[in-house]
Amino acid sequence: MNAATTQKHPLDGMLRTDRIPHIWCPGCGIGTVFSSSLIAISSMGTDPMKTAVVSGIGCSGRGAGYVNLDSYHTTHGRAIPFATGMKLANPELTVVVFSGDGDLFAIGGNHFIHAARRNMDLTVICVNNLNYGMTGGQAAATTPHLAKTSTTQRGNPEGPFNLPLLAYACGATFIARWTMLHTRDLTQSISEALTHTGFSFIEVLAPCPTGYGRKNKLKNSDLLKVYQEKAIIKNGANPAETILDMEQGITLGKFVEYDRPTYADNYKSVNCD
Amino acid sequence: MKFWRVPLDSDEIVITRGVVHIIEDRCKGCGYCIDYCPRDVLEASSRFNSKGYHPPAVKQPDLCVNCHYCEAVCPDFAIFSVEAPAQPI
Repeated sequence: MNAATTQKHPLDGMLRTDRIPHIWCPGCGIGTVFSSSLIAISSMGTDPMKTAVVSGIGCSGRGAGYVNLDSYHTTHGRAIPFATGMKLANPELTVVVFSGDGDLFAIGGNHFIHAARRNMDLTVICVNNLNYGMTGGQAAATTPHLAKTSTTQRGNPEGPFNLPLLAYACGATFIARWTMLHTRDLTQSISEALTHTGFSFIEVLAPCPTGYGRKNKLKNSDLLKVYQEKAIIKNGANPAETILDMEQGITLGKFVEYDRPTYADNYKSVNCD
Repeated sequence: MKFWRVPLDSDEIVITRGVVHIIEDRCKGCGYCIDYCPRDVLEASSRFNSKGYHPPAVKQPDLCVNCHYCEAVCPDFAIFSVEAPAQPI
């Protein structure tokens, strides 16, 4: 029945197929998030020459290497400043930042908050796998309280960031959160974020079976089952009331969308009179 | 498909159908397509691909309605479905 392996995958045109299979582990959700992003970018119908993907360092950071568009694999945490420079130098570009929670919120945390404060016209897709996956599953700024990682063997004493609330407080004008299982809603949100003018932030929860899953006795599909069973979809929810708790529930949805002048608008109004 | 009564618009409604294609050598055997297929079309196979993983196999080809969920959820770009002639209900 598997006769048609000669046919091409519908996304092959967007991929650097000579680099596929990618390095992501079996069961890792980054591939699914990446695939949703590619579907959203290709369905936009914009000129591929005017779309660029920027990644930082980490597992998700490899994304830039697999997409068949102009793409940049930047230094650790510096995906947003690089993307900011690109956008300001060439405002016609649609710039997508595809990176992980460690890159965007730990080493790159300051860049994130200031880009959101300035309302840079970027689309930031953050793949949140709840730990530092590539370096061996250490506790990150997003690791849930009491979760076990290779550096918190007795459970994480710290609490995690609430990323949608952080983004909202910093001034992001489009905020959504989905899991990799909600691929349709995720693709829809990414499409909306791409057309939104201003700083768009989408957090996507993805399992890390090798790092986070192994330490917390969660097999490949266990974390996905939690995501499926605990998901509470609440579009328009107040970001301060969104929760990410494996017991109580995980609030998903498009939380915030509003307009305010972007950095480029403000810069022009001050300097180009 | 069986109904306890035939819907009034049954001559206008058709059920989409699809054919699943699997690029076996890209598969890493995570099993998400098998777990999350809403029509239970796929099953785990005992075959190995060139990387030593077990790719999925099509168990019930007639049940596929071309929803593309396997294509969307696959992290490895290894499975997709294409439209087949629709069947009237």
